[in-house]
Amino acid sequence: MIDYWQQNSAEMLIDVQQHLVMVGLSLAFALVIAILLVAIFLRAKRWLAGLVYFFSLLYSIPSFAFFVLLLPLFGLGMQTAVVVLTIYCEYILLRSFITGIEAVDPQLVEVSLGMGMTNLQSFWRVQLPLAIPAIFSGIQVALASTMAMATIAATINAGGLGQLLFEGLQGQQVVPILWGTILTIGLTLGCAGIVGLIKWSLVHSWKQVVD
Amino acid sequence: MTETAIQFEHVRKSFGNEVVIPDLNFKINQGEFITILGSSGCGKTTTLKMVNGLLKPSAGKIMVNSQQISELDLVRLRRHTGYVVQQIGLFPHITVAENIAVVPRMLQWDQEAIKQRVDELLTLVQLAPAEYRDRYPKQLSGGQQQRVGVARALAANPPTVLFDEPFGALDALTREKLQEEIKQIHTALQGKTFLFVTHDINEALFLGQRVMVMKDGRIEQFATPTEIVSHPATNFVRELLGTVQQNQALWRDFND
Repeated sequence: MIDYWQQNSAEMLIDVQQHLVMVGLSLAFALVIAILLVAIFLRAKRWLAGLVYFFSLLYSIPSFAFFVLLLPLFGLGMQTAVVVLTIYCEYILLRSFITGIEAVDPQLVEVSLGMGMTNLQSFWRVQLPLAIPAIFSGIQVALASTMAMATIAATINAGGLGQLLFEGLQGQQVVPILWGTILTIGLTLGCAGIVGLIKWSLVHSWKQVVD
Repeated sequence: MTETAIQFEHVRKSFGNEVVIPDLNFKINQGEFITILGSSGCGKTTTLKMVNGLLKPSAGKIMVNSQQISELDLVRLRRHTGYVVQQIGLFPHITVAENIAVVPRMLQWDQEAIKQRVDELLTLVQLAPAEYRDRYPKQLSGGQQQRVGVARALAANPPTVLFDEPFGALDALTREKLQEEIKQIHTALQGKTFLFVTHDINEALFLGQRVMVMKDGRIEQFATPTEIVSHPATNFVRELLGTVQQNQALWRDFND
């Protein structure tokens, strides 16, 4: 194990970095899209339900097939991987966003409108902040599943920790597979910790008071 | 002094096929404290929500300060109309001071003016500013929360304030205290129109300079409390008054 690390540490660190970029970009894109979609379709519940259904269909496409299907469009490499991973994240995020926002007491929303907030102000200042705890649990789930799924992206030359796994698979070696697994888990835990910290910084002032 | 603040002309409201308010007509003068009394489902809250445009009438005209609501910018109208609901109406994720400052902020008052106003209002509703301004709503008792609710509604000095059963969920003692306070506030602030919805007849008669008794979306009687007690206009009003008398009879029995 240690030997392998000493011989390949430079490449492995690049794998980690690629993995991080791939997952980070996908999550970031998915997050922005989810907020925009929810903000736009907030008052059109049927559209929103339709979108969730649409993304649930995409989510059910096997990831390997999805990567390969998009190759003609986005080519080999990280680009395709990010597109696919964003779509997978989108379903999870959209679901948790909508659940979180719908769980906000409708009376509070009505009061905010009654006080003269516009729909958008009510969304930004009341619904979104109150939905943050639910939204962040969605982000945690999306993060963990994307981290795992990103390993498959190595098959389309997107790099990342999947390269270690496939190297081990092809060479029938256990060590790279173990390293790939350990690093993926470690990376996921580390990122989950950071996401948790961000959530804490956003809600710690009022959340424990409310609970 | 007798300028009309709120006027309903042949207002009709239906939800789907269900007609909640068939034909509502009334006038409220500037500076009056009006209570709307009725049992749940009688259309009193619907009436209130039509005043700040949260609900739109299916037909008829609603005038606020002689301007027809349908022609007003609703967001603007609402920022100049106080709105108090049951205690749940405070935003739980921001402090008492921030709750009170919501409307002044939207009206872009400067920071110093907002801070001053918050302290002034907290004092008005008998909460020590230094102690309460940085608390979160959940750290207050029900009565204190509702005081903040009142302060928040008064923040931008609106000419009209709407109350939707604000004291409904409070215990009897707190409720009584707040009723007295709200009455004093109305007297102290002079010229503000208060429209107060309640299902509690004692509350309605105690607070209202005029009381609008509603049933099935119609006005049964709209008169001063004295007038209502001495000359109930309909059987329904008589029955309502009967419940109070029944209560009094009960107390007489206890006292004997």
